[in-house]
Amino acid sequence: MRTDFAFVGVMLVTAALLMGVALIAASLLRPKKPSKAKLETYECGMETVGDTWVQFRVQYYVIALVFVLFDIEAILLFPIAVAFNSLTFFAVANVALFVIVLLIALLYAWRKGALDWE
Amino acid sequence: MNFINDLLKIIGDFIAGIINSIFGFSPFLADLVTMGLAAIILCTFAALSFMGLTYVERKVVARIQDRVGPNQAGPFGLLQPIADGIKMFTKEDTTPAAADRWVYNLAPLVIAVFALTTYAVLPFAPGVVGTNLNVGVFFIIAIGSGSIVAIIMAGWGSNNKYALLGAFRTVAQLVGYEVPMLLNVLPVVMITGSLGLVDIINQQTTLNGNPGIPFIVFFPFSALVFLISGIAETARSPFDLLEAESEIVAGFHIEYSGMKFALFFLGEYVNALAVAFVFSTLFLGGYAGPVLPPYIWLLLKAAVVFFIFMWLRGTLPRIRVDQMHNLNWKFFVPVSIVHLVVVMVLMKLFVTSPALAQANGGILVTPAAQAAILFVASTLVLIGSLTVAARRARIMRLQEEAVLEQRRAENIAAVSA
Repeated sequence: MRTDFAFVGVMLVTAALLMGVALIAASLLRPKKPSKAKLETYECGMETVGDTWVQFRVQYYVIALVFVLFDIEAILLFPIAVAFNSLTFFAVANVALFVIVLLIALLYAWRKGALDWE
Repeated sequence: MNFINDLLKIIGDFIAGIINSIFGFSPFLADLVTMGLAAIILCTFAALSFMGLTYVERKVVARIQDRVGPNQAGPFGLLQPIADGIKMFTKEDTTPAAADRWVYNLAPLVIAVFALTTYAVLPFAPGVVGTNLNVGVFFIIAIGSGSIVAIIMAGWGSNNKYALLGAFRTVAQLVGYEVPMLLNVLPVVMITGSLGLVDIINQQTTLNGNPGIPFIVFFPFSALVFLISGIAETARSPFDLLEAESEIVAGFHIEYSGMKFALFFLGEYVNALAVAFVFSTLFLGGYAGPVLPPYIWLLLKAAVVFFIFMWLRGTLPRIRVDQMHNLNWKFFVPVSIVHLVVVMVLMKLFVTSPALAQANGGILVTPAAQAAILFVASTLVLIGSLTVAARRARIMRLQEEAVLEQRRAENIAAVSA
């Protein structure tokens, strides 16, 4: 079990090393002639005006909230799915009820306009 | 025949034997070296297939659009990926003065590393798998979300308005399409009773008295939705809103060039190929197949799936942001939940194992009959949902046209008055 996950760690480190080597090799090979104009923020030739890191539309926040709801639902459903064969019919009916309640929540969010994008 | 089937495993055992004989004094060191070697092989495989795929995709899309595609570097342009590689290595790379240097420079590394790590759990042939995690499916989806972090890092770190807009858009898309992906993996997990990819493949073979039917027959709806969400998840056309040139120039990687851009590109392709592999594993039976060796079967299936990706890219125009969100939240998610409930109840009503029928109740049927029942139910959900969606879309289009017509009439009245 632990050795199973050890390989994931080795894979992460190896991938990071290989890609890091590629980045370093490229930084050694390529020319470096920075100038003031080159280092400007690219905006189709215009000079950029104002701050980039500003408030953004609230719609993204709503989508993120709905996403968190359904991601947690999925995480709750995965253990149930693994144990599915040993569940009784009554238990499965309960799970179905739980899922349908979430479906109603989604329909409510839809009705309220949380999913509309203009 | 057996030798060819087990070729990869035999080579692997041979190399492991050599390493064991060298580092035999320390099992820990021997394990570490074996793992490191396997990881390097997997990363190299992914990177090489990225190089090959860029060429193949350009050629295929060119054919679809009635062009020739790359044909200058080498015979049939076959050396094009190498030429691209040389260019990527030697191109000057600037970091904008306004950028957040650490976040900006780390983002391409993060996306490439997460994309490559997906390959740690993919089974290529019986016994040939980086690590057979018991939570394989979950691991793939979790590690796939790593690219979301990289994209927000790139968009925020660039300190560029186009980059930030593109990153927000992409993140909203990627987190959204994760939900139908998860919901449509669930039926497969339920029928297998395991999250391990090898178990899922075994369930689709004739091992242990299984019927040997790939899961695409059991759950055609899940397969279709998983495939489309997979395309959206890897942000490929027609879901490539992140690089809508006409709106936000190049999206989150607008400031990147040279090797850093190449790593983003690599992450994108490696992720797309991983989705093709995962789809073949979950729904098409993975490496299982007659006559040909297992790894050839897996590559063939993944190639077919990837060809569908390229085909869609060459055919479909890019969809709008609101269409993308509507497709996900107003079609995929609700219908996937309905499909999940239907399939769940049916799988409990019609069981295949006598012991379970005794213990939990339910009607005992043969595996083939169960497959047929689930196929019919899944197809009915698919057709029914498409009919409802088409009707709704027609009503909405008529309303939109009525509004446009009214506006046009008002304009004409205003001009003539």
